[in-house]
Amino acid sequence: MNPGGNRGFLFPEPKVLIYSLLVLSSPSSGHTAQHAAAFAHAAIGKGHSLHRVFFMDAGVYNGSDAVVVPQDERDPIQAWEALAENHDVELILCVSSALKRGLLDKTEAERYEQAAATVHPAFTISGLGLLIDASANSDRLITFGA
Amino acid sequence: MPVAKKSILIIIRHSPYGSSLARTAIDIALAAGAFEQTVALLFMGDGVLQLIPEQDGAALGTKTISRQIASLPLYDVGRVYAELESSRNYAIDLDSAPVAVIPMGRTDIHGLMCEFDHIMSL
Repeated sequence: MNPGGNRGFLFPEPKVLIYSLLVLSSPSSGHTAQHAAAFAHAAIGKGHSLHRVFFMDAGVYNGSDAVVVPQDERDPIQAWEALAENHDVELILCVSSALKRGLLDKTEAERYEQAAATVHPAFTISGLGLLIDASANSDRLITFGA
Repeated sequence: MPVAKKSILIIIRHSPYGSSLARTAIDIALAAGAFEQTVALLFMGDGVLQLIPEQDGAALGTKTISRQIASLPLYDVGRVYAELESSRNYAIDLDSAPVAVIPMGRTDIHGLMCEFDHIMSL
């Protein structure tokens, strides 16, 4: 053993991986969505790259700008906001899942003449193609499911 | 613009009309096929209920999932697997499934998973 010398054989250089996440569960249902955000921060903390987080089905509720959280509870939006603002991570809400659940950005709210835009600015509404793109261009795709 | 290619196994674990995830999984499979990714499906656990023939979503005012499953080959979705033990538990006749399925025993599923770059579990 020669800890100060040639480490390559015993301790290979950690590889930087490109991660993408698929989030399917709502922040108000269990803790899966919270785990997803924590995983995202942990992966970045370990030096990995986080390409995109794609929210589908009930997962789109993570992107709501209209949630009111009791003062003694953690606001789940903060973890996602930090990823977008501090680490440039794309947070994508799948358009079909979002529309069905009343998550609309300004464009969609006007197009469908709905009462309000409800999507938090850190999130973007887009199509399934971005999930397939994330899959094609990432080393790891992790599902945080229901 | 050419897209990088990865192989994806989509595992479907929810019953057809009890969860919106059923439809979501098929949408992902169709999108992956349309973008020329290698994609396979595994219906597992309660998911094998999606393979019951002669479904009719009209009573629920919703789309009939078996019809979308039947269209999978048109979108270049490759192999479709069904977990054998759950199919037997639910008495699903896999020969009458909406699409040709390959029965797969539970002990073989790990080996199947290892063949793919990515796994999505819905």
